[in-house]
Amino acid sequence: MKARVVVTLKSGVLDPQGKAIEGALKSLGVEGVASVRQGKVFDVEFAGADASAAKAQLQTACEKLLANTVIENYQIDV
Amino acid sequence: MKAAVVVFPGSNREGDMARALTQATGRQPSMLWHADHELPAGTDLVVLPGGFSYGDYLRCGAIAGRAAIMDAVRAHAARGGLVLGVCNGFQILCESGLLPGVLMRNANLRFVCRMQHLKVERNDTAFTRQYAKGQTIEVCIAHGEGNYEADDATIERLEGEGLVAFRYCDSAGTIGGESNPNGSRNDIAGIYSNGRNVLGLMPHPENLIDPLVGGTDGRALFESLASAA
Repeated sequence: MKARVVVTLKSGVLDPQGKAIEGALKSLGVEGVASVRQGKVFDVEFAGADASAAKAQLQTACEKLLANTVIENYQIDV
Repeated sequence: MKAAVVVFPGSNREGDMARALTQATGRQPSMLWHADHELPAGTDLVVLPGGFSYGDYLRCGAIAGRAAIMDAVRAHAARGGLVLGVCNGFQILCESGLLPGVLMRNANLRFVCRMQHLKVERNDTAFTRQYAKGQTIEVCIAHGEGNYEADDATIERLEGEGLVAFRYCDSAGTIGGESNPNGSRNDIAGIYSNGRNVLGLMPHPENLIDPLVGGTDGRALFESLASAA
């Protein structure tokens, strides 16, 4: 079973990488971009097929390692 | 003073750190591996050196912060034992929960490698006794992610409780503006834990212990530690 975890910076946290990408997009002529925030994606494959167990494990994974909850939010899709 | 230096895969300043500790304390520190579970008996000081532990994968210091040895380091700190983290070591201390906040990418996105002045905020700690309060010292910095950030309540608490250890300044001791190399909140270069027995800082005092490399302003930190235990 496949799951995806998306980790993003909390709003209000300065994201210099996102800002740099935003500037690059504008200089490439990509129009209408108001702002860019950069995040991380983790694709995790579980051996079993129990979605709720996988979700609980990923919650633990996010709290313990995948996200720094001081500055980041996470979203789990199983 | 019995010191131990923890080496992670990707650490690269452990040799400099060991040299500085040996010079100041008269004995070589133990070198520990990240997968060890215990500190040598009687360890007074644990040092997390600079480098790029685990290649800075995930986040700087994130994987090292959860390494096996860190449980022993946390227990040592909880007992009041001394812990010093420099550069990547500071990032590891934040990621492991031993210090609050986080080190973000430098605000200007550049890796900075240069000499840097710091102001010593207080000299009544185990780390800074051999400095004068308010003294300006010159050490070096070399980091891409040294931009200290924490929520407003944490910053207020650090300031209110005197837990800021060092601030970036210019040669005249003036804080702020151009002398801040990375956008760090309140020009913070290093902070203490509540008990002031854990210090994390981005600059490298261990590289400024010999006139051959341009200065000796880092020596007093290690001499302070040597006289602390």
